[in-house]
Amino acid sequence: MASVKEMRTRIGSVKSTQKITKALQMVAAAKLRRAQLAAEAAKPYARGMASVIANLSAGVSGPNAPLLLAGTGSDKRHLIIVATSDRGLAGGFNGGIIRAAREKISALLAEGKDVKIITVGRKARDGLRRLYADRFVENYEIGTKAPGFALVKPIATRVLEAYQAGDYDVVTLVHSSFKSVVTQTPRLLQLIPAQVEKSDAPAPFYDYEPDEDVILAALLPQNISVQLLTALLENQAGFFASQMTAMDNATRNAGDMIKALTIQMNRTRQAQITKELIEIISGAAAV
Amino acid sequence: MARIAFDLISPEKLLLSVEADMVTVPGTEGYMGVMAGHSPLVSTLRAGMIDVKVGSQDDRYFIRGGFAEISPAKITVLAEEAIPMTELDLAVLDQRIEDAQSDELSADNDLDRLKAAQLVDDLKLVRAAF
Repeated sequence: MASVKEMRTRIGSVKSTQKITKALQMVAAAKLRRAQLAAEAAKPYARGMASVIANLSAGVSGPNAPLLLAGTGSDKRHLIIVATSDRGLAGGFNGGIIRAAREKISALLAEGKDVKIITVGRKARDGLRRLYADRFVENYEIGTKAPGFALVKPIATRVLEAYQAGDYDVVTLVHSSFKSVVTQTPRLLQLIPAQVEKSDAPAPFYDYEPDEDVILAALLPQNISVQLLTALLENQAGFFASQMTAMDNATRNAGDMIKALTIQMNRTRQAQITKELIEIISGAAAV
Repeated sequence: MARIAFDLISPEKLLLSVEADMVTVPGTEGYMGVMAGHSPLVSTLRAGMIDVKVGSQDDRYFIRGGFAEISPAKITVLAEEAIPMTELDLAVLDQRIEDAQSDELSADNDLDRLKAAQLVDDLKLVRAAF
């Protein structure tokens, strides 16, 4: 059995681990609030955009419909954008996203489709590198700042240029949707061809200035950036929520461990004292 | 007089949500004043000023492009960037003009160049009025 001294060092090391996890948990909690607000605040814009596009696209169809809305008519070549966080220590957050992406990719490959991958966030790159490194087109990192248009623009431009050049038929985004602080679920979102919500309510009869095609042609690419941004903001909020929960658990586990180790240490020490006493007493009795 | 609900939304947040008497927006085909009962319209916006009149109060916002969705009871402006006039300073504006100018120079096709040139002109107009 380990000596009392060894156990004391062990307890010390667990204690300092606990301090770190505790600090991480508090940092995550503080950041979570801000990330959650940002994710909420970005929603009206995305919603407004979606509703205008839905109205517009109801009137535009057939051969004149923009490529981004109608698609290329084939679904042979897929581009998967996988968005995770840069950092770990967040329980199953990144694992869930990567698993969903992997399932989708292997399903597509099994159907004989062609798949390329763009990763956003260091963990997505690390998680998919072993299996699909040869399919990577580009790897983006999120960096330390909160996701904004500066981060999203280059990604959107890259995707749109490749799409316009005819490299892909379908573009799908994999990220984590932020349901609440306790639940975040991985979500697959088809970016191109654009998914339009069909509403049953008759579309209001809008005038368009300039005409519909021009507006739609301007809006659809922008919508890609907006959807990417909202996805990344949701990811950010989900990441901090997940990290907070994971670190809370870790802190509690460390506490349990310290308690168990302390009891064990006390027992050992007690046993040693008892042993010494017996030796003294039996020594005295022998005289 | 009936009022019209006005939402000004930038990608980061809902900037303003009020009942306004009149809202003037910089449409691609010219500034337009929107009041309650306007016919339904969707228009793209150029860089410029949004003018919100509520009673005797008059607030102004700088926006850099976007679009507006107008129905008789409501106008929603989705701006690529929106800054209240009180928070806007010349340095920011000059920075935007510089950015747009470098975009114009580095554009690799005519359409992008035209767009950037338009943005530069619009921004200069805003700066002149500042």
